[in-house]
Amino acid sequence: MAELLQILVSGLSAGAIYALAAVGFTLLWQASQTINFAQGEFVMLPAFFVLAGMTIFGLPLWAAILTALVLSLVVLGAMFKKLIVEPMLPHGTLPLVIATIALGILMKESVKEFYSAQGQPFPPLFPQHVINFFGASISIQDICNLVVAFAAIISLQLFLGRTRTGRAMQATAQDPRVAEILGVDVKKMVMYTFLINGALAAIASILISPVYLAKFSNGETLGMIAFIAAIVGGFNQIKGALLGGLLIGVIDNLAAVYVSAEYRTAIPLILLIVIIMVRPQGILGTPEGRTV
Amino acid sequence: MHSDTVLSVQDINKHFGPIRAVNGVSFEVQKGEILGLIGPNGSGKSTLFNCILGQLTPTSGGVQINGKSVAGAQAHELSKLGIGRTFQQLSVFPEMTVIENIIMAGQEHKGTMLTRLFGKSDAGLTGEAEEMIRFFRLEHLRDEKAGSLSYGQQKLLDAAMAFMAGPEIVLLDEPAGGVNLTMLQYLKERLITYNREHGTTFVVIEHNMEFVMSLCTRIIVLAEGQIIAEGSPDEIRSNQQVIDAYLGG
Amino acid sequence: MTALRLLFLVAFGLALFIAPLGQGNYIIYVLCSWLIFSISAMGLNLTLGYAGQISLAQAAFMGIGAYITALLTMAGVHWIVAVFCSIGASFVIGLVLGYPALRVQHHFLAFVTLAFTTLVFLVLRNEDWLTGGSLGLVGIPRPVFGPFDTMKQLPFYYFTVVCFLITAGVMAWMLHSPWGRAFKALRENPIRANSLGLNTTRMTLLAFAIGSAMGGLAGALQAPLVQFIEPGSFTLILSLKILLMVIVGGSGYFFGPILGAGLVVLLPEMLRFTDGYYLIIYALLVLVVMIFSPHGLIGLGQKLLSSFKPREERGDLKQGAQL
Repeated sequence: MAELLQILVSGLSAGAIYALAAVGFTLLWQASQTINFAQGEFVMLPAFFVLAGMTIFGLPLWAAILTALVLSLVVLGAMFKKLIVEPMLPHGTLPLVIATIALGILMKESVKEFYSAQGQPFPPLFPQHVINFFGASISIQDICNLVVAFAAIISLQLFLGRTRTGRAMQATAQDPRVAEILGVDVKKMVMYTFLINGALAAIASILISPVYLAKFSNGETLGMIAFIAAIVGGFNQIKGALLGGLLIGVIDNLAAVYVSAEYRTAIPLILLIVIIMVRPQGILGTPEGRTV
Repeated sequence: MHSDTVLSVQDINKHFGPIRAVNGVSFEVQKGEILGLIGPNGSGKSTLFNCILGQLTPTSGGVQINGKSVAGAQAHELSKLGIGRTFQQLSVFPEMTVIENIIMAGQEHKGTMLTRLFGKSDAGLTGEAEEMIRFFRLEHLRDEKAGSLSYGQQKLLDAAMAFMAGPEIVLLDEPAGGVNLTMLQYLKERLITYNREHGTTFVVIEHNMEFVMSLCTRIIVLAEGQIIAEGSPDEIRSNQQVIDAYLGG
Repeated sequence: MTALRLLFLVAFGLALFIAPLGQGNYIIYVLCSWLIFSISAMGLNLTLGYAGQISLAQAAFMGIGAYITALLTMAGVHWIVAVFCSIGASFVIGLVLGYPALRVQHHFLAFVTLAFTTLVFLVLRNEDWLTGGSLGLVGIPRPVFGPFDTMKQLPFYYFTVVCFLITAGVMAWMLHSPWGRAFKALRENPIRANSLGLNTTRMTLLAFAIGSAMGGLAGALQAPLVQFIEPGSFTLILSLKILLMVIVGGSGYFFGPILGAGLVVLLPEMLRFTDGYYLIIYALLVLVVMIFSPHGLIGLGQKLLSSFKPREERGDLKQGAQL
């Protein structure tokens, strides 16, 4: 029982971070039909912005994090949209998918060649002790990660639901043509979405790196998991991506304990294939009308 | 229901959130009719069209072809049921020649998957396709790539493709859009001739009033998602409600 | 045009037969490799260039084909039987994998095949009793056809050429049938094709399964060529390489993947001086190709060629303008 509680907490904590990446993934898809195959690398990279800021420029941790956040908005948000997505969208989604695959490789290999091929220790943001809760050892870091990730997603939900800009963004995601007629600046809303994705990736990166080390290859699994979380929960919903992320986090942690080490990585993949077979619209998703 | 009813639309509703794009529309189309579906911008005619063609799932209501419900049918299934369509935007296969485009339009209705793999390259359709080309007087363009044709010529090709499988009913989505006057006259004349020769039923969505009035035998007017008038072109022309809907916008 | 095409085909065929003469074993090995990857890339071209779907499982299908052929031939079964098992298994797995993924749109196939490639690698690595685990399988025999033994490099090359020509021939024949027209229609305007009665989902699935089967065939040739296979040879990186072959050569063109395979097989040789930057250059190359010429080198060549050719005045265009 204590063990299960322990797994549950660390699973939810990891899952909440996956959910950040999955929510960003879903937002991009809704706003601009962009399937970002480099999403995992988007989560890998900001940690290296922080590390570079600290080791190369000697910034204190908080300043390095702030710089990394700004850089993520510029590079992963604005530049990604302007340089990659915009010139390619007129050719359809296929070249864009291929381009994001290539972009992911480019980011991964560049970090490997120009920074380091070794996993880098990342300064912890939260106290690292473990408390005893009904016999289960629960790490403060896990709890804090869970809280921060949830806070980010809840404020995003509030922003989308309660503010004028947020509602305009949702209208854009639902139908850009209708949004345009209603007087929404569609281009600006799409740009906001890319910026939000950049910010979500940066938060996920900074939360997850102290747990697993910052490594160039982190994106491989993270990208896959973000996608699986988005599909499992329901591709067209933020709630779905959140649920999917939490679910995968818990399942992955359960698998680490109860499934042989050889096949641990296979569990989320099998989950993906099962979900696509039995409930392609995801757990919370609604079947989409066929597109015209 | 009339025994010659080809298409029957029953109480279709389509809501997008609070917006009621189509609000309880019902009508029937008899064999050989040329029915015009008109209405000001945003009247819901495109939405209705897409509901009939299965591109959108109606919130409620049904569509029957020859008395058979086609709810949930996909585009290729509708085609097999004898429904042809043209598109608002140009819709040909640009890198294929004119004759290849027309053969493509017929080949899926010939034989089975296997006979199409092992059978003749043209699925035995060259003769029929050339006849269709002659009907639309596109002979001189037979081996040109469809993408190199003028706008009006591509509209003709689009119609030829819709007719190739010998459909019972063809839905034409703004056939007059962007076509110049001479071509328009020609297109209209060809459609009427085809209708007389083959008894094919047409449903036409159109903005161009002149074109609809001279092409159609019966007209339905939509405004704000509902039918506000129905009748012969002459009746519609003098209907005060219709005039108000268009002018009052 | 047709005469020119015929001349080109004859020259290409002759070149295939002359190419290895007087060359060392390594060059012949590279040539075999090129032909085998051409087969695999032609298969992916069907999925990508015609059906417009991205498969990242081509390496996994090559792996499946290679392992099936290796295990069967090592157990004494003739290669001819083994190759049909490889092709059949890849085709069926392609259908089973593609069916659920293609029911949903949005390029799900890319992710499903990505997951599948990882799964296949895990199975190949973990099921030692069958696959030899990470040590792989050693001593795969090369096929013997009566008096014709492919044990030596040169006979094996000609054996590969024959397999390549048969595959290319079957592919050309299929593309010439109504299926080929349907594949083209699928690529150029799937919505219109659907409205004309083409079951686009089924056709896409078939393109993927046939493309996967060709991956299986390539694997069945790869196994006796290298005579040693291990799980690490069939990972995502190989899938990406095959994807690059199709894209750089020109997706949707018959000869695109063949040209692309030649370039990519030779690329590591050319980029040897770049050391670890190989993948960075690879990624930049793909981005540049995608931004400037989504149709690859053959597409670029055609564009250049047609811009040099004087445009003939077409009377009908003027006539059309009046219509």
